[in-house]
Amino acid sequence: MDLNTIWFILIAVLFSGFFLLEGFDYGVGILLPFLGKKDEDRRMIINTIGPFWDGNEVWMLTAGGAMFAAFPEWYATLFSGFYIALLLMLLALITRAVAFEFRSKDDNPKWRKFWDWMIFIGSLVPALLWGVAVGNLLRGVPIDADMNFVGSFFGLLNPFALLAGLAFVAVFTLHGLTFLLLKVGDPVLERAKNITTKVWLAAVVLLVLFVVYGYFATDIFTKALGPNPGSVALIAALAILVAGWLLREGRYGWAFAMTAVTVIFTTLTAFIGLFPLVMPSSLNPEWSLTIYNASSSPYTLKVMTIVAVMFVPLVLIYQGWSYWKFRERITQETHLEY
Amino acid sequence: MDALLLARLQFAIVTVYHFFFVPLTLGLSVLVAIMETAYVRTGNEMYKRMTKFFGTLFLINFAIGVATGIVQEFQFGMNWSEYSRFVGDIFGVPLAIEALLAFFMESVFLGIWVFGWEKLSKKAHLAAIWLVALGSNLSAFWILVANSWMQEPVGFHLQNGRAEMTDFLAVATNTHLLHQFPHVIFSAMATAGITVVAVSAWHLLRKKTDHELFTQSFKMGLIYAFIGALLVGTSGHTQAQHMVEAQPMKMAAAEALWDTEQPAALSLFTIGDLAQTKDVFSIRMPTLLSFLSCNNFTCEVEGINNLQAQYEQQYGPGDYVPPVFISYWTFRLMVGIGSLMIALLLYSLYLVWRKKPLPSHSKFLLIMVWAFALPYLANSFGWIFTEVGRQPWIVFGLMKTEQGVSNTVPAGTVLLSLISYTLLYAALMVADAYLLVKYARKDPEPAADAEAPALSSPSITGVEGV
Repeated sequence: MDLNTIWFILIAVLFSGFFLLEGFDYGVGILLPFLGKKDEDRRMIINTIGPFWDGNEVWMLTAGGAMFAAFPEWYATLFSGFYIALLLMLLALITRAVAFEFRSKDDNPKWRKFWDWMIFIGSLVPALLWGVAVGNLLRGVPIDADMNFVGSFFGLLNPFALLAGLAFVAVFTLHGLTFLLLKVGDPVLERAKNITTKVWLAAVVLLVLFVVYGYFATDIFTKALGPNPGSVALIAALAILVAGWLLREGRYGWAFAMTAVTVIFTTLTAFIGLFPLVMPSSLNPEWSLTIYNASSSPYTLKVMTIVAVMFVPLVLIYQGWSYWKFRERITQETHLEY
Repeated sequence: MDALLLARLQFAIVTVYHFFFVPLTLGLSVLVAIMETAYVRTGNEMYKRMTKFFGTLFLINFAIGVATGIVQEFQFGMNWSEYSRFVGDIFGVPLAIEALLAFFMESVFLGIWVFGWEKLSKKAHLAAIWLVALGSNLSAFWILVANSWMQEPVGFHLQNGRAEMTDFLAVATNTHLLHQFPHVIFSAMATAGITVVAVSAWHLLRKKTDHELFTQSFKMGLIYAFIGALLVGTSGHTQAQHMVEAQPMKMAAAEALWDTEQPAALSLFTIGDLAQTKDVFSIRMPTLLSFLSCNNFTCEVEGINNLQAQYEQQYGPGDYVPPVFISYWTFRLMVGIGSLMIALLLYSLYLVWRKKPLPSHSKFLLIMVWAFALPYLANSFGWIFTEVGRQPWIVFGLMKTEQGVSNTVPAGTVLLSLISYTLLYAALMVADAYLLVKYARKDPEPAADAEAPALSSPSITGVEGV
């Protein structure tokens, strides 16, 4: 396996980690106004992700940095091409990050309400836009012979990409919900239990629509994956179905594990569908960005591989430790920092 | 306005804004860690309250630093995609390493620190804040690896129409970096130290306050700031000497030195005619610039006009002079404000050394309250100087700024994002200032979980109800 392939895999892993972790904290943010009636409820909800959300977000920064280092042409074309979508995402993420820290530092109900809405919008918008971005990457975007994106922002808002966005929102919301079922106490827990069926159903329906539409709108299923989409895609589908059953049985730990599998394997399916392209051109297949024409030099890839091998395991250990340390359920008796 | 100008304006605004918060994060993470170390070593509850008090300010500030940092990483691709294509092989590496080594460390351990007061042993909790401090300062190192490469490209060759890395170690030990990193770290120490001094001074001006705690934090902040401010000066001096060799045009612009002089005079105040590239009015100290540049009074310092002629031969026709007015004045303001900081800190040290009770010097304390603004101004002027002084280059000697801008992003789009960031940042600045002032003026929380009944302790009998 060459270094370009290794780096494609590493970036797929980074995005899987990002969607796995930030996926549930976006979901928690999206559920905030629906599950938190009183200020105290909302504080409990926010505190379930209190120690984690910032570390989760670093997965996105690392994925972005790795993309820049390993595939600079991909980074340059994607970021300048999806400009307005990324601008909206950045505005949402900036506000969201500040909102977590600021919302409980003043007692004024208006202040808190305002920042709570910012947490909601700041979680919803990135979840939606990441879906839109992935949808467009699968579908292909107008890229010319010089690797320049020549489409428009509204071109990115095509029905397939928007459906992908909605599917992302629904799956992240379900993932966030199963996280909350594990991590929060009453009265929020009771409310969370009451909406599981609805949220699960919405996620399944949107995911199915996304796959069906994907067969028509893109060639990733037909060309790369074939009529038999392969075990990775099947595991993703199976996991979300099993999650539904586990939720009915009230086995929330396993349900969370299953939504996690859904998120990871859906992400991997998308990357497998893309390989060896990183950004297909809808104008001319020859103009697509690939893991070869978009990559850094072999020397840089080698340096980055050494760095990744040394430090990714270390990060996994201490981040995993922080999840273990803060595994307790947040109840009304818990001292709340946020 | 064209997309280039708008993209440059945007970079200036978001970067200066981001770096308004970052030095405090860098410096205060260490200072708060020192406070908590004092608590763990002495068991004195006062240090715990001090840690929590300044820790809260740290967190409010940290949030904005983190949030605005995301834009920093994304905007190279968004506004400067041609630059990203040209340098990605080198420039992306420190950015990725920064995220992997530093961002994870600081954010994960900050979460552990904030939420772990009850859950961790004292020592483990202390380790968490030291790891936050280490992570923050490591992130400064790696982003300066990236910036230093723009100032002084090393360890590369030009191939496949781009700069490709040939020597990672050379990039990570760039001479420019070895001067710039300490300069930034020491300025962060000065920033955090003076901020702690200013907040403490404000509290000491009140009658009812925890005098013991804030006298102690005043002293700690003072020593920390003084060490920082002094070393900013010395590291700045060696950095400038290196600049004379590596980026002589930047130095010439900083001094408004039009023509090569031997020995060169130091400008104290110059009004120049920028079109004619000569002085209209100037006070200059003979031979002093030579001394500052190379430690002797006779060496030659190259002037703007001579360098322009030399660069035209080397790089072809073009204007290689950075904006002299901005370079000259930002350099002076940075150095001037830094010197003022040192003077104020020296006088504070004198008061502390003479064991004068601080609250009796109310006028001076009031000055120190307002002195909080000085390091922020100096930091901003410093960055504006070093980035503007590099112009017209985005990577010195390799790529001009105008070549680096995204060629597919229309000016209207850049304008839209410029306006969005500016408005959002302005709103956040208001919210942040509101919270910082609110928490800076609050009394430290009483030692509620201490064994001793808190209110009988003499040091906090003056504390108002919280």
